[in-house]
Amino acid sequence: MIRYALRRLLSLILSLIVASIVIFLIIEVIPGDPVAFMLGVNARPDTIAALRTELGLDVGRFERYIAWVSGLVQGDFGQSYTYRTPVANLIGDRIWVSLPLAIYALALSTIIAFPAGIYAASRRGSIGDMSVMGATQLGVAIPNFWFAMIMVLIFAVNLRWFPSGGFPGWDKGIFAGIKSLTLPAISLALPQAAILARVMRSSLLDMLGEDFMRTARAKGLTRRQALWRHAVRNALIPVLTIIGLQFAFLLAGGIVIEQVFYLPGLGRLIFQSISARDLIVVESVVMLLVFMVIIVNFAVDLAYAAVDPRLRTRA
Amino acid sequence: MNRLTTRLLASSALALFAGMAAAQNTAITVAIQLEPPNLDPTGGAAQAIDSVLYSNVFEGLTRFMADGSVVAGLAQSWEISADGCDYTFTLQDGVMFHDGTSMDAEDVKFSLDRARAEDSTNAQKALFAGIESVTVMDAGTVKVRLTQPDGNFLFNMAWGDAVIVAPESIENIASNPIGTGAFKFSDWVQGDRIELVKNAEYWGEAVHLESATFRFISDPTAAFASVMAEDVDAFVGFPAPENLPQFEADPRFQVLDGNTEGETILAMNNGMAPFDNILVRQAVSLAINRQDIIDGAMFGYGTPIGTHFAPHNPAYKDLLALSPHDPERAKELLAEAGFPEGFTTTLKLPPPSYARRGGEIIAAQLRDIGIEAEISNLEWAQWLEEVFRGKDYGMTIVSHTEPMDIGIYANPDYYFQYGDPDFVAIMDALTAETDPAKRVMLMQDAQTKISEDYVNGYLFELAVATVAKQEIEGLWVNQPTAAVDLTDVRWAE
Repeated sequence: MIRYALRRLLSLILSLIVASIVIFLIIEVIPGDPVAFMLGVNARPDTIAALRTELGLDVGRFERYIAWVSGLVQGDFGQSYTYRTPVANLIGDRIWVSLPLAIYALALSTIIAFPAGIYAASRRGSIGDMSVMGATQLGVAIPNFWFAMIMVLIFAVNLRWFPSGGFPGWDKGIFAGIKSLTLPAISLALPQAAILARVMRSSLLDMLGEDFMRTARAKGLTRRQALWRHAVRNALIPVLTIIGLQFAFLLAGGIVIEQVFYLPGLGRLIFQSISARDLIVVESVVMLLVFMVIIVNFAVDLAYAAVDPRLRTRA
Repeated sequence: MNRLTTRLLASSALALFAGMAAAQNTAITVAIQLEPPNLDPTGGAAQAIDSVLYSNVFEGLTRFMADGSVVAGLAQSWEISADGCDYTFTLQDGVMFHDGTSMDAEDVKFSLDRARAEDSTNAQKALFAGIESVTVMDAGTVKVRLTQPDGNFLFNMAWGDAVIVAPESIENIASNPIGTGAFKFSDWVQGDRIELVKNAEYWGEAVHLESATFRFISDPTAAFASVMAEDVDAFVGFPAPENLPQFEADPRFQVLDGNTEGETILAMNNGMAPFDNILVRQAVSLAINRQDIIDGAMFGYGTPIGTHFAPHNPAYKDLLALSPHDPERAKELLAEAGFPEGFTTTLKLPPPSYARRGGEIIAAQLRDIGIEAEISNLEWAQWLEEVFRGKDYGMTIVSHTEPMDIGIYANPDYYFQYGDPDFVAIMDALTAETDPAKRVMLMQDAQTKISEDYVNGYLFELAVATVAKQEIEGLWVNQPTAAVDLTDVRWAE
């Protein structure tokens, strides 16, 4: 188990190094200059030069990469060009929107998907199974921002149960915070739940055909007991993979939803920073997301080992 | 439930209602499309900075009023020397910055010297280029000497980029702006909102509002929902003109249809073939049907223009007759220019909907006379690099939102590369002229010159729509400069 974890850790570090180079290169080659963007169309060349010097943009790419990475290693994300505040502060404020939103959405998605998937698999071919599958087909096909807009019209504009967007801040109370994250979380969760339910169902169906299921039934377990004790647990491996991927997606992929609900999250920060060419913010936030995705994958790998004893011994 | 709890509940409910009623009358939540990147109006071009802070938090020597006129601000009066070069400003008495320090002639000198310094990062540094020296006469008097007479000087000092700041608070101005205005900066939850509170020590007339919150919503659907759900009280610069009729029909709301200083033009690259040929430029101008563009791209909001000047400005000259919609004549002109079969060029469009929607319509109109415009959509940063700086384009659509910016045509390096010597002469004469009547004549000469040279296709003056709750009074209808001036805003009784 320890060796397995160490090997995973090594690949984690390698991934981070490669990611930092790729991110830096991709973001540096997009056309557009942050200083020109900030100063607009009437700026004089000497003003542009003065601001470049002030922001430390007058040095070469390689120097900037080294400065950025050595800062990152020490936990320093650098200083935003446009906001003129440390990137760490920007991230620190916004992660308290994006992270709870992702967790909320993931929880909703799991709560919906598990029962739906298990129900559909255990009653394969029934009308219940077909309606669950039909609903998930719809959930996969409909884009989440469209769900979001429809829900805003119904629950914010007409019924006034939830705010149409924005985030009051956790200091205004947990309830107010959760209330303003509810519509965004549902919009994010529904398509994810649809995918997860389908994976849960097909993974369970695979298990139901396995020899050990027949053995379990033969030794006297009821269908239901065999399902819960043997099939569900074994079916969890692919489901865990999907959950790991989904968490990463929910964390980084909230850009559109954060835009629709004007939430001050990481997605909106990336969006604003890309249009302003605030390169250091984009680089650092993307790097942080990569870091979190890699950590989540690491955790999922460890969770596999916990669920599946074969992985422990093989490594 | 015992009586004490009942009473507690009742009284807290009462307090809650009382609080809500009071908040209704003295607080406002205003939405604008873009969030300011930082809060330093003297260090960046982003209009959103001025939208939040102009006149509310920061003030200059002079200021714009809602109708575009320039009046006294922190300077209560001024005297201009006979040669037109010396401006002696008498400052308002008892003006305090929000940090409690006093505003005096030293602060004015500091602000102007900082803006024109060699290492200045002021986006409108040209406004200060004519200043030769700034001298403190006494605490309440400051003299500005210009290198030559400049009829625009008082106008220039009204810009948001020319506001008075203090050396004591300059270091953190980007995140903690300290000005002299009727509102104090209170809080900025980045990505979500900026909060201002009333400045009790304000030197001028006290404002009606106790507090104001700015929110930033750029998505048109979200903007619609936020107003309909009454999560915001007013939306200045509402992004979706197609929704305005619905708000007009709703008794809860009022729609203010205002104008801006934004001349929206189909810019042509005068430095590049075939647009270096005036016949080609004239043909393009005649191919354009302005009303179709206004109706199709802006849902009818916008005023046609025939030159680069705001139609609501008293010095505006109606030159629409020089470029009527006449595709037949346009084809003849193209043939005369040596393009009987037309030609292919690029049309590079920045993100605003006037450009993206307008571009599609213009491309279709140009196709009618044989010009094939290949559309490419650019982000602002890309547009600035490729079109504005790189001059790598045939045509583009952009709204020039700075007030009174016809002077850009005098710069041969500006992205449309005009700079005709006769035009430059007119602008030089205008700068040196201080007599108002003669200034108007010169401004009209300048308008005529660029219109007759068909430098660009002049489309329309950009409109700005404000949607607000019916009870709100005192919002600016027009945007003579980017500003959401709250100093006169109040809830009707």
